[in-house]
Amino acid sequence: MTVVRNRFSVWHLGWLALIGIMLSALTAPAQAKIESIEFSDEQMEEDYKVLIQELRCLVCQNQNLADSNAELAQDLRQQTYELLEKGASREEVVEYMVTRYGDFVMYRPPLKATTFFLWFGPVVIFLIAVIVLVMFSRRQKQLPTATVTEQDQQKAHSLLDD
Amino acid sequence: MSRFIVPMGFILLIILLGIGLTLDPREVPSPFIDKPAPDFNLPVLGEADKTLSPKDMLGQVWLFNIWATWCNACRAEHETLVALSKMGAVPIVGLNYKDENEMAQRWLQQLGNPYVVNAVDKDGRVGIDWGVYGAPETFIIDKKGIIRHKHIGPVYPQVIQETILPLVKKLQGEQG
Repeated sequence: MTVVRNRFSVWHLGWLALIGIMLSALTAPAQAKIESIEFSDEQMEEDYKVLIQELRCLVCQNQNLADSNAELAQDLRQQTYELLEKGASREEVVEYMVTRYGDFVMYRPPLKATTFFLWFGPVVIFLIAVIVLVMFSRRQKQLPTATVTEQDQQKAHSLLDD
Repeated sequence: MSRFIVPMGFILLIILLGIGLTLDPREVPSPFIDKPAPDFNLPVLGEADKTLSPKDMLGQVWLFNIWATWCNACRAEHETLVALSKMGAVPIVGLNYKDENEMAQRWLQQLGNPYVVNAVDKDGRVGIDWGVYGAPETFIIDKKGIIRHKHIGPVYPQVIQETILPLVKKLQGEQG
């Protein structure tokens, strides 16, 4: 019995570890490239870090400016830095990028008619999946299940014991 | 009824993913279409004392081609651009993007020069202002200085025939 229980806990640990790894891959983005930039105040540095995480590198489209080493990403990081140093707010920097590169430059695009499916598509598909799942499991329940009477069970036992 | 739901859902999913496959994610829609061309004032390639501004081109339809000698796809489209310039249908202005002047000039001498004039964007600032994210890119600008079309990637003869020349012709017919 203990052996079985131990095996179960090992299984559980394995699953937990796997889930942990997947979660950490989701939440912790790759280490940003280190560039030595001097900021004149902390708020600017904070803004810069947030911005380069949220702005997309258009050359290597699945990376943000922080993760990308492409030349354009370097230039856009520099531009972000200079705009902040000139006193631009976060929103102003985003607006600067959007007027040049379009909404696509933002990893969190604004909610518009054209981005509606992007925002709510996954939820809609998930809901459909849940509805289908519920429908199917209900139908399964309605199917007659095999019932074993006491008599049958005793008969089976006596057969097995012989 | 419900037995059709799963195959139906499957077919819908295939259609959805199929549409996804036909789209080119590299073709980012440009926010500049039907907007005024961003202004600049840059030195002219080979004539450092002169400068070029998009305003100099007001009154005519022109192409604005972003290129560099380090850009392989630019090399691929170069012959097509030279051929287009020989047709004399539309002036091509170049933006030599983050390049070395000497190398750019040598390239034009060796491979032919399709440009009426080239502006030098050494640090790529003007490129950013024009939303350039990968050379080559080609803009079509109308007589009023409004950007009407952007082609991303190399210009091939097919693009010239099917897209650029018809649009240029249409724009040249518009009031300046």
